[in-house]
Amino acid sequence: MAIVLNGKVFDTTCPVTIKDLLSLKEMNADRVVVEVNYQIIVKQDWNSFLINDNDQVEVLQFVGGG
Amino acid sequence: MEDKLIISGVELGSRLFIGTGKFSSNAKVGECIKASGCSVVTVAVRRIDFETPEENMLNFIPSDCLVMPNTSGARNSRDAVRIARLAREAGCGNWVKIEVISDNKYLLPDNFETVKATEILAKEGFVVLPYMNPDLMVAKALKDAGAAAVMPLGAPIGTNRGIKMKEMIRILIEEIDLPIVVDAGIGRPSHAAEAMEMGAAAVLVNTAIATAHDPVATALAFSFAVKAGRLSFTSGAPVPWQYAKASSPLEGFLDSLN
Repeated sequence: MAIVLNGKVFDTTCPVTIKDLLSLKEMNADRVVVEVNYQIIVKQDWNSFLINDNDQVEVLQFVGGG
Repeated sequence: MEDKLIISGVELGSRLFIGTGKFSSNAKVGECIKASGCSVVTVAVRRIDFETPEENMLNFIPSDCLVMPNTSGARNSRDAVRIARLAREAGCGNWVKIEVISDNKYLLPDNFETVKATEILAKEGFVVLPYMNPDLMVAKALKDAGAAAVMPLGAPIGTNRGIKMKEMIRILIEEIDLPIVVDAGIGRPSHAAEAMEMGAAAVLVNTAIATAHDPVATALAFSFAVKAGRLSFTSGAPVPWQYAKASSPLEGFLDSLN
């Protein structure tokens, strides 16, 4: 089972919640934003929303920019 | 009368906006913001690199600063709208600097796509500050689309070349009833002062500070320049004159020695 995470294939057990995926990647979930198949998933749903096989997942944060 | 800059009902304490890209470290960004007293800073939204995660830029920005994400990376209005929505969800409020660029050589903004994105995002409640190529008709369209200010470029991004678009920016300042924030190309504090003397509401500076030998001192210099330029504008600088006009009295001279 694999998803596409930030543009790269990532093998994981699906379905997986966003919260578990971020824990798996040892990500501090504070002030990050998650999009699944071009749909923003609000933080309140991170415990319940399930990522499935082949889903395209983007995890973004703020960096320096002009 | 107090000279306040108010954008979308928010009173801003400084007319210097700072971009946070290209700094040698995130900590340096915080030092520059503090030194300059700037009240608006821009950030970008990017994928997290899970292999080498970097700390969130927000952790280095003082809490009293207004954070304005940009839509850099957007090549059309759809991209810009997507990035703006992501930025808002990431928890930075509803200000956004629209940046739509598909030209890789000069990084010039696509004015047409910028107007489209502005219209959509303003309707969704964003406070939209579009980065644009200074053109009067486009600036009018941006105002009609709901822009809170317009951000014409002084020169291409990162070039440090100064206010090359001076005449067109002057027309925007004269004709557009919105704050004009000169963005891009400002390479020296004197460029910032020049924009402010023309009547710009504010300037946005990034490369010139971030890549200076001493960014903190440079940020401070920019803050002085912006204040001086603004004060010069509001104090009514005299008009230039072609011929000399003596500053000393033209009477009571000694007889000339021959």
